[in-house]
Amino acid sequence: MSSVQEQGFRVQGSGFRSQQGASGGRQPPEAAAPRIDPAHAAKSASKTLLHAIDLEKSYRKGQHVVPVLKGVDFQVREGELVAVAGQSGCGKSTLLHLLCTLDAPDAGEIHFEGNRIDDLAPRGRDVLRNKYFGMIFQFYHLLPELSALENVLAPIMIRYGVISYFLHRRQHVERAQALLDLVGLSHRLTHKPRELSGGEMQRTAIARALIAQPKLLLADEPTGNLDSKTGGEILTLLKKLNREQGLTIVMVTHDQAIASKADRTVRLVEGKVAA
Amino acid sequence: MYKLLLSWRYLRTRYIALASIISVTLGVGTLIVVNSVMAGFAREMHIRLHSILADIVVESHSADGLPNPAWHMEEIRKTVGSDLQGMTAAVHIPAMLNISVRGQWITRPVTLIGIDEATYADVSDFREYLLHPANRQKLSFLLREDGYGDKDHAIPPAGWRYRRMKIITERDLEAQERLLRAAINPGGAGETPLAAEGSTIPPDPTGIPQDPFAGTNTAPTFDPAKEQKAGIILGIAIGSVRDRDAEGKVMDYYLCRPGDDVRVTFPSAGTPPKAVSDVCTIVDFYESKMSEYDGGFAFVPLAWLQQQRVMGDAVTTIQLRLVPGADLKLVRDKLRARFPAEEFAYRIQTWRDMQGPLLAAVQMETTLLNILLFLIIAVAGFGILATFFMIVVEKTRDIGILKALGAPSRGVMSIFLSYGFSLGVVGSGVGMIGGLLFVKYINELAKGVELLTGQEVFDPTVYYFQEIPTVIQPLTVAGVVIGAVAIALLASVLPALRAARLHPVEALRYE
Repeated sequence: MSSVQEQGFRVQGSGFRSQQGASGGRQPPEAAAPRIDPAHAAKSASKTLLHAIDLEKSYRKGQHVVPVLKGVDFQVREGELVAVAGQSGCGKSTLLHLLCTLDAPDAGEIHFEGNRIDDLAPRGRDVLRNKYFGMIFQFYHLLPELSALENVLAPIMIRYGVISYFLHRRQHVERAQALLDLVGLSHRLTHKPRELSGGEMQRTAIARALIAQPKLLLADEPTGNLDSKTGGEILTLLKKLNREQGLTIVMVTHDQAIASKADRTVRLVEGKVAA
Repeated sequence: MYKLLLSWRYLRTRYIALASIISVTLGVGTLIVVNSVMAGFAREMHIRLHSILADIVVESHSADGLPNPAWHMEEIRKTVGSDLQGMTAAVHIPAMLNISVRGQWITRPVTLIGIDEATYADVSDFREYLLHPANRQKLSFLLREDGYGDKDHAIPPAGWRYRRMKIITERDLEAQERLLRAAINPGGAGETPLAAEGSTIPPDPTGIPQDPFAGTNTAPTFDPAKEQKAGIILGIAIGSVRDRDAEGKVMDYYLCRPGDDVRVTFPSAGTPPKAVSDVCTIVDFYESKMSEYDGGFAFVPLAWLQQQRVMGDAVTTIQLRLVPGADLKLVRDKLRARFPAEEFAYRIQTWRDMQGPLLAAVQMETTLLNILLFLIIAVAGFGILATFFMIVVEKTRDIGILKALGAPSRGVMSIFLSYGFSLGVVGSGVGMIGGLLFVKYINELAKGVELLTGQEVFDPTVYYFQEIPTVIQPLTVAGVVIGAVAIALLASVLPALRAARLHPVEALRYE
């Protein structure tokens, strides 16, 4: 099951290899409780997890070529909570899409754990997004047909086939329940997204991002659509995850107040990292 | 896993898609019903067509027939070998039949067939279609006392008893008329022949006597009340008319019945042929339910016909029945090789060859209907295509989410393919069940429609069966269902491809 996926990932992934063996927490979890590993967080404080080198990206609008990113260069260390801040339209979201390989840069490279990921084959990128990256969006992006619990399980369902999913179904479900419990939604398991409030939907999205036990959580304006109180709660939750589980988080925001809560802020101005 | 879950959820939440497969359901149901009914008709037709035909017929082109039938039959027996089950010789000749109905003469063209009572039953199911139960056991050209017809065919009184009563009534009438005439006109007009006086009976130009019982050209000793002429068995449609009475009930009106005499006129053998005319007594009817036969064939004893036509022991056809499962075409070709057309002026045909155009017409009708109805399903396919495109557009963001979560394009594609597949399965499954139920209860449904609308759906005066015949062919049903599912699947390929090709970033931005 997961070995097959990893194999595909390696073969088609044009040389991507996980330095850490990529197997640490990737087997179906024995314990329902989410991983808490303070030692890991302390140890990795200095290691570079994600490195963007000279990223360039432009969009074509009719005959005009609109450059969005003009050589973005920055690093994320393991265990960091980094905010990428900037005005609307400065390329924050584009940068995030490039980082999580949803889109390919026109020039430049992205390294994840020392391996280049921006030129991976589509299958390799799919596996990367599925297993190593967690993602949260401004508009939550939950699947409306699925309940909160099923939404959280979605990455697992995508990873495994029917048979291998059902073999470990109980473990998966228990883990998803534990995660929903962690984000404070244990009473909303069977609710459909439209029956949840904005904050609850974002919490569900966070639980979904965590189920694959990612190394990196990428958040695109996670509080952008929420009132300040709910947004604050989400932010607190993210900080807690960062502190207690050593989860590396890259958060894109236009809000200075939110950016200031991060360990470090990378400021994007006109497609470049401001000094 | 997510593919199954999502396509299942889409199936349950997108009723518009279910609406789009109603046409698939209807198409499949109609196809099954039409095929079953057509197959039923075809089977009935095969049975009817074959009913009084032998498997293989060796036919002489000449009306004088093939001489020395014994030698021919011996040769055929040698050629066909163990496949042969029965064989008989017969004379087929075009003839004219005159029936007297209430003083009017009705003329019917028929094919007069002289058959050998002993062996004809070996080659065809003719006997089973006779109306007198005893004749069904053993064919006889002698008039029976009584007991014609059964519960399916109620026949008015017929047989010897009817014949005697009729003669007595006629003689009474005649005597009364004579008395009356003598009383009115004692000038000796009583000597004038009846025919010249009956104002309702026009003078007959053919010279056939007006009254077959007048005995003008038979031996004066013939007593119709005690004796019969040569027996003749008529098709039911020659002797009766099926129609509706004032209340719309289907009724059979008999122009003649067993016990009546009819006049047959047919050509003699030799060149030039002369018209031979004689009187026969109807001894039975047959009903093969094949209108072409029931309205066209009259059977007489072979020996009598040969004698009347002055043709010696020559016959015009030799008819064979083969053991069940024998290859008709193979045997036919063997016989054709034995009796090559260059040497013998014979035509050797299987019963299928003889009815070829009719069978081909039914086959073609079925094929055309199938094509038309499959076009309906194809149209339904375009409906599915359009609906699916809408659903893909509606689900653009979800597709982006799935891709962002690491679902490969192939996976996204298979969501929509399996969605289309399950729609096809549901649509054609419901259609299949509906169609099969419809076929099973088709006669009850027809009656229900009749009750509701007062319009008769299935007109038994048009067809010779009382019920709509149906045959369910499992292979056809399976083919229709598989075809419909394939169309639904094909229709979902394009939208699925579009979904798979969506760029995740653009899909996520889609509002």
